[in-house]
Amino acid sequence: MWAMIVKEFRQVRRDRRTLAMMIVLPVILLIVFGYAASFDVSKIPTVAAGPQAAALVHSLGKPFELVAAAPDEGRAWAQTQLRNNTSGADVAVVTGSGPTQVLIDGSQLFSARTALGALAAVQEKALAERASGTPVQRPQVTVLYNPDLKTSWIMIPGLCGVILVFIGTIITSLGVVRERQTGTLEQLAVMPLRPRDVFLGKITPYFVVACVDLAVVLAIGVAVFGVPFRGSYAVFGLGALLFLFVTLGLGVLISSVSENQGQAIQLSMMVMLPQVLLSGLIFPLSSIAVGVRWISYILPLTYFNEISRGVMLRAEPIGPLWQPFVFLALLGLIVFTLATLRFRSFLAPAAPRRGKGRAPAGPQPVAVAAGVEAAGVDAATGAARPAGPAGPAGTEAATGTAGQSGPGEAGSPR
Amino acid sequence: MTAPSPDPGPAGPAVATQEWWGTEEACVTFGDKLALDHVTFHAPPGQVSAVVGGDGAGRTTLLRCLAGAHAVSSGRVQLPPPVRIGYLSAGSGVYPDLTVDENLAFRATAYRLPAATARERSAELLERADLSGARDRLAGQLSGGMRQKLGVIASMLHQPDLLVLDEPTTGVDPVSRADLWWLIARAAANGAAVVLATSYLDEAERAFEVLALDAGRELASGTPEQIVAAMPGTLRVSDARPEGEARRRAWRRGGRWRIWDPPGAPGPADLPSPAGPAGPGGPADEVTPDLQDAVTVAILARELAGARGGNGRPEGGDPR
Repeated sequence: MWAMIVKEFRQVRRDRRTLAMMIVLPVILLIVFGYAASFDVSKIPTVAAGPQAAALVHSLGKPFELVAAAPDEGRAWAQTQLRNNTSGADVAVVTGSGPTQVLIDGSQLFSARTALGALAAVQEKALAERASGTPVQRPQVTVLYNPDLKTSWIMIPGLCGVILVFIGTIITSLGVVRERQTGTLEQLAVMPLRPRDVFLGKITPYFVVACVDLAVVLAIGVAVFGVPFRGSYAVFGLGALLFLFVTLGLGVLISSVSENQGQAIQLSMMVMLPQVLLSGLIFPLSSIAVGVRWISYILPLTYFNEISRGVMLRAEPIGPLWQPFVFLALLGLIVFTLATLRFRSFLAPAAPRRGKGRAPAGPQPVAVAAGVEAAGVDAATGAARPAGPAGPAGTEAATGTAGQSGPGEAGSPR
Repeated sequence: MTAPSPDPGPAGPAVATQEWWGTEEACVTFGDKLALDHVTFHAPPGQVSAVVGGDGAGRTTLLRCLAGAHAVSSGRVQLPPPVRIGYLSAGSGVYPDLTVDENLAFRATAYRLPAATARERSAELLERADLSGARDRLAGQLSGGMRQKLGVIASMLHQPDLLVLDEPTTGVDPVSRADLWWLIARAAANGAAVVLATSYLDEAERAFEVLALDAGRELASGTPEQIVAAMPGTLRVSDARPEGEARRRAWRRGGRWRIWDPPGAPGPADLPSPAGPAGPGGPADEVTPDLQDAVTVAILARELAGARGGNGRPEGGDPR
């Protein structure tokens, strides 16, 4: 047993990545669950439309926080504010003709639930005050986009993103690193294929599978769970496309820095876990501590969530979604550039030769003089001999290596 | 090397009239380690050339340079365009989760072979290599020898001008080795310059040209006959291990000991003699060396020269 323990420790010590994961992962989880994992909403951004609406919001007190007011506008303006998430508002208070209206964005599930609770508390307080003779006007509360506050309605648009991360990052990273493990990567490197061809050839099948998966998940979400798809398919598709490019690029990037599939899985998990926990998929972004929230804004799933929920539930057009689209495009550009460069570097090790002397067309030979002079080793002294053949004086001939084995013993086909 | 070495240059004659593919004074460094040290190797079209050497000798590095998978740090390489090179890396280089046919179809497409030509050549080569019955089997389910044959077929399917094979016969049974040699000879007969690395010197003897490497440097080169003829000193065999200084010049081959006597070295007097000169091992007999002996002697001579210069193999260990 002692031998096994020592062996395992030695192996773990040498597998730096696993060691790092064993140490780093608990720290990440602690930070995430300690600072980020919270369903409590302490602030609800609120807009006010109509005369005295701003004052009314102030009178509601916490957690409502006025972020924009338009005394001359009405319900249409307020609803647009919620749909387009223009000022980040989850609640709108509309005054004017008729009773006061409170519009709640049901696609922000936790904010909506908190808002309803807070409004109920205000009502109770008002009723108590009514007993002492103060007249109370009951506001008309409307939950938009997700009137029954169904969890599935907000989870399924987000799950679309998780599925794209799963296929784009994890499966893709395995597919590329498999070439390295089976030794076929070297064959690819010398084939007359451009790195770009290999790169696109590798990711295209995963891209297609991811698109099919996305369509299936959406269809099930709509047909089985009744999730509405109110917006434009084109906008949603564009968002998914950009997001998929980021995740596929991440997959290739991970693959290019991994020696085997185990390492690729480890890295993929380390990329996927924070996306699931910090992208707003489970915990509302507004509940995540500010010190950790910046991480959310470098995660592509955060932006895809905004797009998918906005388009599916609120029918948000592309205009107000420009920020997530731009960020996704930027992330995609960065990740894809890095992935392409890494891919190129290990797929085209002979680049200097080809770059200088390759005859691109016709059967012309390649003849290249390398420009770099190597540091010489004194041939006369025999120095710098690697741990190579032990030499004839020290080896059994039957081992069958050059300089040692005989034709007769090796079973010559001649 | 003794091969002809005209230099057609980058704009030289067409591939068909190329006189050699290979390297001249090629050096390759990995960090501060010199993996190839001014190696010149010419592979003429229509011939099989062999690169031999022990582990770490630089065979794979040289072959990777010839395949275009690695650039030389200095020196010169003369290669056909990538589409005219065939390469079998160490291992079979085939996809274990594709069938035999699918592997060949992928290779044919990558090398832009017309489908009909690819089908025709695949069928012929598979038939000759006794793989016709395995066309629908996954490559990962083939035996090692079958997989290796598939790898060689895949690398020569497009009839390259330069076919580079890294240890195509290692770990392969004698029957499959014969099949593999048929394929290799076939590629050469079609005009390809075939370069193969091998650990088996009996195979190397079949080559037109042999380059023996040791620690990244050329140890010997030329035709097998030239290498054997160039061996200095004499060789004798004995049933017993010699004593004294000759111990370091002896190695076991089969059931007997080979002893190399450099020019001017003492003769059979170094044999153990508890029972006299014809004691337990019997007297030593002079033998005619073959390629294996000649390469072994070259390695030994270099080691002994290095030891005299203070850079040889540590003398403490004697693994025999």
